[in-house]
Amino acid sequence: MLRVREIAVSYGRVPAVHDVGLTLESGAIHAVVGANGAGKSTLLRAVAGLNRIARGAIELDGRPIHGLPAHARVPLGLSLVPEGRHLFPRLTVERNLQLGAFTRRDAAEVAETMAQVVEIFPILEQRRTQLAGTLSGGEQQMVAIARGLMSRPRLLLLDEPSWGIAPMLVAKIFETIQQINARGVSILLVEQNVKRALSIAHRATVIQTGRVVAEGTAAELLQSDLVRQAYLGM
Amino acid sequence: MSRRAKLVWLAAALVALLFPLVAARPTWQNTAILMLMTAQMGVAWNILGGYAGQVSLGHAAFFGAGAYVSTLLSIKLGLSPWLGMVAGAGVSAGLSLLVGWPCFRLKGHYFAMATIAVGEIVQAVVNGWEFLGGAVGFYLPLQEKGFWGFVFNRSKLPYYYIALGLLAFSLLVNWAVARSRTGYYLRAIKDEPDAARSLGVSLTRYKQTAMVISSALAAMGGTLYAQKELFIDPGSTLSTSLSIKMALAAIMGGVGTLAGPVVGAVVLTAIEEASRVAFGGTGRGTDLVVYGGLIVVIAVFQPAGILGLFASRRGPARAAPAEAPAKEAA
Repeated sequence: MLRVREIAVSYGRVPAVHDVGLTLESGAIHAVVGANGAGKSTLLRAVAGLNRIARGAIELDGRPIHGLPAHARVPLGLSLVPEGRHLFPRLTVERNLQLGAFTRRDAAEVAETMAQVVEIFPILEQRRTQLAGTLSGGEQQMVAIARGLMSRPRLLLLDEPSWGIAPMLVAKIFETIQQINARGVSILLVEQNVKRALSIAHRATVIQTGRVVAEGTAAELLQSDLVRQAYLGM
Repeated sequence: MSRRAKLVWLAAALVALLFPLVAARPTWQNTAILMLMTAQMGVAWNILGGYAGQVSLGHAAFFGAGAYVSTLLSIKLGLSPWLGMVAGAGVSAGLSLLVGWPCFRLKGHYFAMATIAVGEIVQAVVNGWEFLGGAVGFYLPLQEKGFWGFVFNRSKLPYYYIALGLLAFSLLVNWAVARSRTGYYLRAIKDEPDAARSLGVSLTRYKQTAMVISSALAAMGGTLYAQKELFIDPGSTLSTSLSIKMALAAIMGGVGTLAGPVVGAVVLTAIEEASRVAFGGTGRGTDLVVYGGLIVVIAVFQPAGILGLFASRRGPARAAPAEAPAKEAA
């Protein structure tokens, strides 16, 4: 479904990603793991259209999308849940979710999607009229994921969903990601928490300093010396 | 809008309506007109600068467009300035599309700098263009033509109520924008542009929408200015110090709030008039000193503006959950 072909991304003259490629099969959870600053988020932002690529190509269902602005990629079925949530703090939870459905014109079905995301995150029902900026980290992450789902994406891009939330909630969030995947949404997951990410992913790519150093099924990678030594400390 | 806010607005409207009847001295009325006109400019600026967060320092170009279009139509074609006001708003909105297309590619400070350049370019063009009066400008014919003619020389009172009406109209537009879908897209864009973009919101489109509305309102203020002063030239209607004044009224009162520019304009005009009285004709340029000083003071001590002093409880981070729905509606 998603094909990233040897892309390069730089911030000014500082290169962040060199010739990174990956293929995500429809219906899969694909994890991109690596240390802080390895270029994982940059890769994800490039897929979402927030960073321009200098080389390479990004294809969704065989169609090149790297020339499209970020907002034009959403109607194609792509949705980003950014690192650090980036909710709209002065808007209510409900408005945040409605903004997630910005590209949709089918009001009745949007209400249905809203009901579905509330089913996934029941706490949102109570928080509906609260300003997003007043929620706890974990709740904000739930709103961010829910907001990302409101456009009814076929591919959800999750950037560090465990960032800044209580350890107890991390397990819950990862469970939810699996639930969302079970509903047929493909997921590209960027995560520093390598163990957790690999435990729910089908395939994974390991990135170090902007380059791919390993790629394979999550089970293979969990057993590999590289991952065990560098990320799991075994 | 909360009950208290409604009462304050109602009281302010009453005071504004009755003021000239109580304060009959022409100088007071003139100062009050200046306050209303500055407030209206600030409201216009605030839609783009405050709500959409795109700080323009070239808004005099739009103000000037309104002044020049209505004046030219009036002098050359004998068209009523009221129609000229509508035409000026249209031309100004068109100009904002031309300006917005390149400028919205830039972000933050770079956008602000580009708008300074636009303001300066427009001023330079008009300065050198004979058809537009060049550096000399235009005198509008001084003759009582009644309401439709938009010239009143027996009393300043009609200008006062027209300025008040235009301010009320601008506030109404602002209020409608703020509570519309576009309004909350603008807030989203201002607070979290990348998140908005990745949800499918075209930033340029909504910033441009804000700019069209903002520039059209600024132009209407320009027409009123031309009709009140009956003289326009690039220095008085297109200068960068005028652009700064528009921004300052909003920033001083409280950026991105409905009442901010009004409060800011009252205080700013009062300070300006006081400095004019104190320094007299020798002080041409003291207004710039005042603006500069105020910008420093606001930036250092009170970024939320004067309204921020009263509304510290309403900050988003500290908002009490129970209050949230009411504020969202306001």
